[in-house]
Amino acid sequence: MTKIKTHLNRRSFLKLSAAGGAGLMLQFSWFSSLASENPTIEEAFDLNGYIKIATDGTVTIASPNPEVGQNVKTSMPMIVAEELDVDWKNVKVVQAPLNTAIFTRQLAGGSRSINESWNALRMAGATARHMLVQAAAKSWGVPASEIKVNAGTLTHNANGKTATFGEMASAASNIEVPKEVDVKDIKDFKIIRKSHLNVDGPSITTGKPVFGLDVYGENMVYASIVHPPAFGMKLESYDASEALSMKGVDSVFTIDVYPDDYERNRFDISAFPQLIVITGDSTWRIMKAKKTIKANWVPFSAYTVKMEGNSNGEKVPSGTENTEAHYTEMIKKSKENAKQVRKDGNPEKAFSEAAKVIERSYTAPYLAHSPLEPLNFYANVTADKAELIGPIQTPEFMEKSVAKRLGMNLDQIDIQMTRIGGGFGRKLFGHYLVEAALISQKLKKPVKLIYTREDDMTFGAYRPTYQATFRAALDKDNNMVAFHVKTGGIPESPLFANRFPAGAVPNYLAESWTIDSNITTAAFRAPRSNFMGAVEQAFLDEVAELAGKDPIDFRLELFDNAIKKPVGNKNDYEAKRYAGVLKLIKEKSNWGTSKNGLSRGVAAYFCHDSYVANVVDLKMVDGKPIIEKVHCAVDCGIVVNPVAAANMVEGGSVDGIGHALYSMLSLKGGVPQQRNYNDYHLIRNNDAPHDVEVHFVESDVHPTGLGEPPFAPAIGALANALYKETGKRYYHQPFMMDIESKYLQSEANV
Amino acid sequence: MALYTINVNGKNHQVDVDSDTPVLWVLRDNLRLLGTKYGCGIAHCGVCTIHMDGEAIRSCAYPISSVENKKIVTIEGLSENGDHPVQKAWIEHDVPQCGYCQAGQIMSAASLLAQNPNPSDEEIRRAMNGNLCRCATYTRINKAIKTASKEM
Repeated sequence: MTKIKTHLNRRSFLKLSAAGGAGLMLQFSWFSSLASENPTIEEAFDLNGYIKIATDGTVTIASPNPEVGQNVKTSMPMIVAEELDVDWKNVKVVQAPLNTAIFTRQLAGGSRSINESWNALRMAGATARHMLVQAAAKSWGVPASEIKVNAGTLTHNANGKTATFGEMASAASNIEVPKEVDVKDIKDFKIIRKSHLNVDGPSITTGKPVFGLDVYGENMVYASIVHPPAFGMKLESYDASEALSMKGVDSVFTIDVYPDDYERNRFDISAFPQLIVITGDSTWRIMKAKKTIKANWVPFSAYTVKMEGNSNGEKVPSGTENTEAHYTEMIKKSKENAKQVRKDGNPEKAFSEAAKVIERSYTAPYLAHSPLEPLNFYANVTADKAELIGPIQTPEFMEKSVAKRLGMNLDQIDIQMTRIGGGFGRKLFGHYLVEAALISQKLKKPVKLIYTREDDMTFGAYRPTYQATFRAALDKDNNMVAFHVKTGGIPESPLFANRFPAGAVPNYLAESWTIDSNITTAAFRAPRSNFMGAVEQAFLDEVAELAGKDPIDFRLELFDNAIKKPVGNKNDYEAKRYAGVLKLIKEKSNWGTSKNGLSRGVAAYFCHDSYVANVVDLKMVDGKPIIEKVHCAVDCGIVVNPVAAANMVEGGSVDGIGHALYSMLSLKGGVPQQRNYNDYHLIRNNDAPHDVEVHFVESDVHPTGLGEPPFAPAIGALANALYKETGKRYYHQPFMMDIESKYLQSEANV
Repeated sequence: MALYTINVNGKNHQVDVDSDTPVLWVLRDNLRLLGTKYGCGIAHCGVCTIHMDGEAIRSCAYPISSVENKKIVTIEGLSENGDHPVQKAWIEHDVPQCGYCQAGQIMSAASLLAQNPNPSDEEIRRAMNGNLCRCATYTRINKAIKTASKEM
């Protein structure tokens, strides 16, 4: 067994009074500050404990992190239940309250929920099990080491004693909290590594109100916003007389969401800090009425946003921008001097002495996250309390924003996490939560703020638009001896200078540039990797072809270099694990064979601590790619819940492929040209791969994330398969615009 | 405003709303049947799919005035205990990720199977094309429909 420190102390524990029904409540330090020393079980239940064991043997486990579809609401409690050693059938899962004093990183982002909470979750379960064992040892007068635990039952064989957790829960609540506890050997896992169905499956399939949009409060008013139609514009004046004369409309006013003197945190992104608000008695009536508001929008002058931890603030340039001009600017920038981020060997010399040199450039557009549940939040702000309920990936950060903006203390803010109807990064940025709170504070009423789809899509915080130029040099024996990446975007560069092929090639240069803009951007599933992984893997396919090598063998040779004689000492990846997923995909896809006239492409990428390789099998039918199958090989360490892990990989792969083929958010005069799903193309059932097959590397190492890693390599494999099928390389996303010859003139000239 | 009588999941309800109010918002704001979702308001995403006289329709595109004397079924009324073959297959295949679109997917799938109990892969893909899943669970959706079709 492995010992881990518990980070708990005596005062951490809540003792349940006999009057309230006996049971063990495992809790952390925040309870010690509560007024009631001996709350009843009902009170304790209201406070949402981490683990609760009732006398009837029911175990309630709180899932700490926001659930956005990554299935942590099932997998996190599974880890607790494993170490506690209970029968999963007796486990009831609840969503934990936001409480940073108890829980580790209550945030859905960066594919880090399991990765960062693995030890804390194991500790919680193991601590409770330890106390139950100690209680049994004490009451039976036997050594704790002789007591066996299995699926919620304690047994002492020699004495013939047995007790359920429920029977021992009361006694366990009087046991001293251990300073350290044993966690299980990985080989003894009974719950982890076995498939467990989504705990919310029955609610979802029967239409239970589990999402933020489903929160309806007593006497609440409905609210919607009107924002500037273009980036670079702000409100001058407005006339709402027609709206106010319409039935059911209560009020129209403006709010300053983030005033000039407000210091923003990094999740306070908003291009439109001042908004018009309309409120009324139903969603439909305010949606109708808001269209009649006549606003006068004017261009703003450049300004600076105050930012926490950045004394210079963030500059917001003036002007209304265009996608055509963006591409022209990016291409110009790609040919100018850029910032050198990493250099190994002597790339200039290597390129000048090379037998063959290849150079290629790639672009990708802005993307709107477009989760199907639009931005919305419920707020009920009174003089001494702000109750906020809805979909948010960053409750810890937004609690601070709301407190600061409302002028309240942190302990007066109560953010409750609902299930999130898709985020993909967009719901990390909680301006809509602050907006709902401000509206409620002003009206002194409970408020439900809802964005229309058009509001959601045209509000900004997009995936940035990117450009990359790669060069590779081969020697006379077709070894890649130099690699050069120069990349940038608006407004950020997607470069990861220390990722593959850095470390695998003797001469290496990575350069970066950026262009400022007033179009807000934000983390989008696999930030930066969603572009870099895709285009780097498409480029390496061309290099392998130039070298006359099989694309998998070519990559394996490079990984072999990185294993045997790595270049530099700051390489972000483990070459052996990287090679491992390629070897697995080679085997599982029967690489090297061809079937039914399908064309195949391969790619592999490492990001968010996990490794994914893909093979895509497709054919073109009537000018449209029909993807028969996507093969995936994944190394994410220990796979906590296989059925859900495979679902993530399937969805992530299809999501990557969908965006690369179809999606684009473009601008003209600062105005987003796509406003709803009729003109913003997301992948649909009939376009989707017919099958996705997922294979995991068997591993005992620390589990890492799955929400993001599958996205980028699927795009690389798609691009490489499209080349095999059509004989043409696709350099500009979305590929369908290229396939249908609809791409922008400036892109064509790259 | 006018009084409308609407039959939902076998029960008559009287609602006092504007005649152009989409059925979606009557279900949600007035009847508090919240399983039917809002996604786009222009019948392009399918999260608001319900049955009208057995046909799958997008409830955001039908004003209340057009559904009097029709029988509406929502996800809440698809089965008494959540045990419609499509619902059972959805659980078996662990289809949902975020889950927001799934009520609409299930209503489209149930309507497809009612009309065509044994659809081909091609027919499933075409029938389900109006329902977006932003988490892209399409392969599981289609497998679950195949499983459900065996029970129809």
